[in-house]
Amino acid sequence: MPVIFSKSVRGRTGVSLPENDVPDNVSIPENCLRTSPLDLCELSELDVVRHFTALSRKNYGVDTGFYPLGSCTMKYNPKVCEKAAGLDGFANLHPMLTALPDGVKMTQGSLAVIYELENLLCNITAMDAFTLTPMAGAHGELTGMMIIAAYHRKKGNNKTEVLIPDEAHGTNPSSAAVAGYDVKSIPTDPATGLLDIEKLKEAVNEKTAAIMMTNPNTLGLFNPQIKEIAALAHSFDAQLYYDGANLNAIMGKFRPGDGDFDVVHVNLHKTFAAPHGGGGPGSGPVGVKKHLEPFLPVSRVVKKANGEFCVCDDYPDSIGRVAPFFGNFLVNLKAYVYILMMGGEGLKKVSEQAVLSANYIMRSLKDHYDVAYLKTCMHECVLTAKRQMENGVSALDIAKALIDKGFHPPTIYFPLIVKEAMMIEPTETESKEAIDAFIEAMVEIAREAEDNPEALRNAPVSTPVGRLNETKAAKEMNVACL
Amino acid sequence: MAAVPTDLLYSKTHEWVQIEGDAVRVGITDHAQDSLGDITFVELPKLGTSVKKGGDAGVIESVKAASDLFSPVTGEVVSLNDSLESAPENINSDPYGSGWLYTVKFTDKSELDSLMDYEAYEKYLETI
Amino acid sequence: MSYIPVTPEQQREMLLKCGVSSIEELFKDIPAQLVPAEFSLPKGLSELEAVAKLEKLASQNNSKMISFLGAGFYDHFIPAAVDALISRSEFYTAYTPYQSEISQGTLQAIYEYQSHICRLTGMDISNASLYDGGTAVFEACQMAISATGRRRIIVDKGVNPIYRKMLRTHIANLNVELIEHNVFSDGSLSRIALKEIISENVAAAVLQNPNFFGIIDDHSDIVVECKKYGVIAIQAVYPIALSLLKSPAEQGFDIAIGEGQSLGIPLSFGGPYLGFIGARKELARKMPGRIAAKTEDKNGNEGFVLSLQAREQHIRREKATSNICSNEALCALRAHIYLSLMGKEGMKSAASLCHSKAMYCRRRIGSIEQVNMTDSRMFNEFIIELPINAGECAKLMLERGFIAGLPLSQYYKGEIGPNSKGENSADNLLLVTVTEKRTKQQIDDFVKNLEEVICR
Repeated sequence: MPVIFSKSVRGRTGVSLPENDVPDNVSIPENCLRTSPLDLCELSELDVVRHFTALSRKNYGVDTGFYPLGSCTMKYNPKVCEKAAGLDGFANLHPMLTALPDGVKMTQGSLAVIYELENLLCNITAMDAFTLTPMAGAHGELTGMMIIAAYHRKKGNNKTEVLIPDEAHGTNPSSAAVAGYDVKSIPTDPATGLLDIEKLKEAVNEKTAAIMMTNPNTLGLFNPQIKEIAALAHSFDAQLYYDGANLNAIMGKFRPGDGDFDVVHVNLHKTFAAPHGGGGPGSGPVGVKKHLEPFLPVSRVVKKANGEFCVCDDYPDSIGRVAPFFGNFLVNLKAYVYILMMGGEGLKKVSEQAVLSANYIMRSLKDHYDVAYLKTCMHECVLTAKRQMENGVSALDIAKALIDKGFHPPTIYFPLIVKEAMMIEPTETESKEAIDAFIEAMVEIAREAEDNPEALRNAPVSTPVGRLNETKAAKEMNVACL
Repeated sequence: MAAVPTDLLYSKTHEWVQIEGDAVRVGITDHAQDSLGDITFVELPKLGTSVKKGGDAGVIESVKAASDLFSPVTGEVVSLNDSLESAPENINSDPYGSGWLYTVKFTDKSELDSLMDYEAYEKYLETI
Repeated sequence: MSYIPVTPEQQREMLLKCGVSSIEELFKDIPAQLVPAEFSLPKGLSELEAVAKLEKLASQNNSKMISFLGAGFYDHFIPAAVDALISRSEFYTAYTPYQSEISQGTLQAIYEYQSHICRLTGMDISNASLYDGGTAVFEACQMAISATGRRRIIVDKGVNPIYRKMLRTHIANLNVELIEHNVFSDGSLSRIALKEIISENVAAAVLQNPNFFGIIDDHSDIVVECKKYGVIAIQAVYPIALSLLKSPAEQGFDIAIGEGQSLGIPLSFGGPYLGFIGARKELARKMPGRIAAKTEDKNGNEGFVLSLQAREQHIRREKATSNICSNEALCALRAHIYLSLMGKEGMKSAASLCHSKAMYCRRRIGSIEQVNMTDSRMFNEFIIELPINAGECAKLMLERGFIAGLPLSQYYKGEIGPNSKGENSADNLLLVTVTEKRTKQQIDDFVKNLEEVICR
């Protein structure tokens, strides 16, 4: 499909703006004026509408079909949340109103949402205080690590290292590095699929600033030794960080704060049903235990004795500002609506069904694919294409074959420590019929891998384009139509 | 089976080294290029800079991976394979020939003793 | 409401397949003493109840006032088609486009968005977006630090104070020296002093145009000085103004960044917004975040993929150029749709209207005897010096239904204003913004009320 710029027709317009009703005109000094051409589109509204409608039809979302992308929690995004975010009072409010004396009086509704959502998240995770300002999961990680750095600085601790299991999401080491730390990778015990606690004991020392954990980990396994790990960390005044990417597995079953985690981030765009938007916006609120609260970023929302909400920036130990204002407010609002509707019991049921569905898939496919760790998993399971590789069929081929059968593929080649990994996360919002259809497709593909492997290597054939040449893309670097 | 020429020395990080008088020519091995896949970009150390044995000496990128380059010896970078800028794929097609990376004038010849010969490197490859 | 479609009967079948008799058995790895005795959250609401609650909360906000508040975040017109198209759930319920064959919609949109950013700024390359303008400043500085191997950053105080505060927060642990360069008392760039501190030890110099006080400038001479010492020159821009003002590329900048909220994204009480970034091609491998690129399949069909992924954290882990992976893709799509609809003429007229109306507003306010004005080289924002405290004035104006602007003393103390040495010099300064949404009538009413408030 041609790019939008090629559809431009000179003299066509897509909007009508009012005529200038003031006597003044443009008067900008000559040296400040643009002289290069402003090469933008000339299209009608209908041209634009058709272009983007056509683009949307080349996409696959949760609303299109089953999306078992492991680690991404692609659950259904309730429409009522979108409706709430579209309410004029929320959508068209200037954040700097709160900077004006009495301006907070005009924003009490939004401040209430922030305050109440922070409290709900504290309850869900057993933390003492939350900030909603981080704008994505990785941004939450970075914020958390900066809070830890500020804590150690305040205490005069000389900490230089962060320990991270080798199965962790790539953002963990990357965020720790942006917070100024060296990263040490801790191996996973191949027998259990869990962090090798002996190796951890060898690695942890006076220099350790923090240990970052995902629990359940990226293999979908819960680590029951968490209290022991926490005690080990705390014996060196290292902080234990909880990556909440997999929170959908454990709501009402385990609260990170009860496991002695000091910092946690949660992904509202995963567990709490805010849509992913094709890559964002997300939201990655961070919760901390009492001893880290002084370091939380500003602005913070405070409830006064008279019940009025106000905005406070006066926290001398705060790490400062990670977002321009209150984070991705409308994303937070969607999560707030979702939590209100689910309630405590509902959230518990979410995790129960998410875990049941993942185990059901694993048990249904274990005779057809190798399972990385064949034991009870949490909300996702990791299969491998090891058996299919004997016929030259890789995880990538299986993923592409699933596309031809109408499904979004699972996450592939992650975690890195499992060869030919396929990480499947069904989420609780998929029906048994949808899951069974997926299982059937996977079984069929396993059969085809034996009968006709060549066909799988050519998949997908039902899409607007086939497998694309990534080498050409990286070498030619055509990233803009100019 | 990856090719391992008999006349070169090898590092554990999969660089090969060819001695040329008081300098060495450096590249990555056939095994290394094969595991990286289609190479799309190479960042070499700057000409005239000094590198340390085991220290960073650029980055090599493929579509799905990126790998740091480490210098097998200490010394000064005296020449670069400029052709890689436009044709990084030469590392895939000819890792021991036109895919060479750079040459270093070494300061301590004894550092070469710690590198592997082809037999040791072949054995090393079997272990990984 | 639960959104869980599996029935109790189906659950039993699934449990059977798993070889367990209850769901609890699946959670046996969680030690019993760690399972919370109770989960003290309120009872769930029905959709009807939830909507009622949210409508009530929304009504406790006042979004109906006539606004002259901007300061980097603007109340611009958004064509209805933007909202209609962004509501297509094929876009908003998709994840990051890893599987390119079923993500060509998102990927082509990102590629076109990147093209739009390049066309506006004059830069060669762009990315799929960053969280916001402040993050873009930090990421651009990181690019400069990595490209130069130097660790000193100069940021002009005409750069949005919120960006600067975010920058300070993000570099706190990175052994980076930050020099915040003072502006003149009228808010304009102190260029000779700036040139004196640009040296071969500096990684980047960051400027903003129009600057935070609305003043427009031509920074070409500063960029020349930067080039002399190999300093990466970074400009923060206001995208609406770019259809009138000299682009960052025309001034020679290496990196252009900015807040893209004004491109069709509602004010939303602070987010989600859109950080955009454009750069020279040579900096491509230092770029943070996702990048879409054009390529083809084996049959020669054109298509788009996420490219240059070897920079990113899922491959490079702690050595990645940045930790950013989730971005603001949907906001980038909004900006892209907005720019497509507005097009060349729409963008020019929006900018002209903003500017003309601001000129008119400034002239009208200037006719109030007790008010002082400074620099007139502006786009659509300007500082006024009131005879009373600006915060007090803004408060009184709120009572009359106007958001009068931003009192500057919150962000500047003793750096600007008539007695720029004095601690309270900025107390009476108000930053006033006018967009194309303001009518002559509203401006006239605003000026009339302002006069009444300050002359009481």
